[in-house]
Amino acid sequence: MRWLPCGDAAALVEVDDLDTVLRLHAAVEAAAPDGVVDLVPAARTLLVRCTDQRALERAAAVVADLELPDHAVPTGEEVTIPVHYDGEDLDDVAAHLGCDTEEVVRRHLATTWRVAFTGFAPGFGYLVDDAGGRPLEVPRRDESRTRVPAGAVALAGEFTGVYPRESPGGWQLIGRTDEAMWDVDRDPAALLAPGTRVLFEEAR
Amino acid sequence: MRGPVSGPVSGHAARLVVEQPGALTVVEDLGRPGHAALGVPESGALDPGALRLANRLVGNDEDAAGLETTLGGLVLRAEGPLVLAATGAPVTLVVEGPDGCRKHGTGAAVHVPDGATVRVEPPRAGLRSWVAVRGGLVPALVLGSASTDLLSGLGAPLAEGDVVPVGSTPARPVPALDQAPLPTPTDGVLVLRAVPGPRDDWFTREARESLTRDWTVDSRSNRVGVRLEGEPLRRRRRHEDQELPSEGTIAGSVQVAANGLPVLFLRDHPVTGGYPVVATVVTEDLPQAAQAVPGQQLRFRYVRGPQLPCET
Repeated sequence: MRWLPCGDAAALVEVDDLDTVLRLHAAVEAAAPDGVVDLVPAARTLLVRCTDQRALERAAAVVADLELPDHAVPTGEEVTIPVHYDGEDLDDVAAHLGCDTEEVVRRHLATTWRVAFTGFAPGFGYLVDDAGGRPLEVPRRDESRTRVPAGAVALAGEFTGVYPRESPGGWQLIGRTDEAMWDVDRDPAALLAPGTRVLFEEAR
Repeated sequence: MRGPVSGPVSGHAARLVVEQPGALTVVEDLGRPGHAALGVPESGALDPGALRLANRLVGNDEDAAGLETTLGGLVLRAEGPLVLAATGAPVTLVVEGPDGCRKHGTGAAVHVPDGATVRVEPPRAGLRSWVAVRGGLVPALVLGSASTDLLSGLGAPLAEGDVVPVGSTPARPVPALDQAPLPTPTDGVLVLRAVPGPRDDWFTREARESLTRDWTVDSRSNRVGVRLEGEPLRRRRRHEDQELPSEGTIAGSVQVAANGLPVLFLRDHPVTGGYPVVATVVTEDLPQAAQAVPGQQLRFRYVRGPQLPCET
């Protein structure tokens, strides 16, 4: 566990892998130290943001002594997302993985995904293989796009995800969905929450 | 997405009609902390202290929603008598009504008769001012806040013809105070205190030191961040082509994008990012960053960070 300061009132806690991040997140949430405003889990880090420097120093001392649970997020609901597999980067992804585009689509459909954490933008979930594999591991694009449309289904690193709204983005696009990832008039606004299991199906 | 402005409204004592929105005017309160794990940033007034003061000056609770207006040009018409107060960048408020034309400064309560207009002149220094209205603005709430978040698309900037309902008159009177003292934003070099990291070790020593010399505020700056122009920061060789796994960022993070130029995140920032953050501005100095005018010089002064546990 490595502590990296983010100004006077926040810090990143860096650990070895995503699984440890999720276990740490669960432990900190359960301990609920005073003065914590936001916890943001990500691929290798948990951001702990507090009301002020004193609260951060006290919370850090509590977190450093925590015992991590064996398992992280309990598996939640299951969501099925229909996808048109016609993304602009399908060929590049297939070339990187050394297979054809049909195989990319087959693996995306055959995997049961789980939301590891959310972030980047409201409604965006970072989805990993629920079985712990890495069926479609690809790097981000060399150059990010200034405009990725809402509903774009994409890959980067060990993750897949769906862009909730039009935004810049560097992930590899493999398809698109009409499903709303984020709708403030819906409760909850986000379709995907940490722990949600996600299946993709071919849209008709 | 839903705008900050409700549809036909009844039961409100008064309303504000936007005749001209100026360069950018948004409804803000103290934001929506606690939702970062969902990808929703804190948002809210870029100078929370200034909005709190404006609210106190008209007898509101400090967390009532008000307007954040950039570079003047905002013209409002009062439907019903209103009391308002402006803080932040010093502006002149020109009230034009049946009784003639009156000019008022920031830091004091201003009475606006029914049907009169209020024009916010361009600031004499700084960039953004906050306008509180007695009773508070009562637009739609998203995740418990009225704040307009330009990155997430929660709410939208005010447009000509928008109508913003004003809440009922608070029990507290307008304080008997002629003039609240307000700091004037500097038009010289803006110096912001920053703690090195979390990823200062990704950059060369020269790059880290270059942040303490003058940078120029880019005109593409907005509520998401202050973009800086200058000599690009170079990464240390072993991090040159490395991809940083996405990690959490906060308002105050100085993120260095692929082109090597720093962006100082403000309150509508993306909550995670895949580029290294070289330094982080301390909470107390962030409101000053909200007054950075395009073309102005800005530099950082390194300060010590919090006491954190050693590696375990």
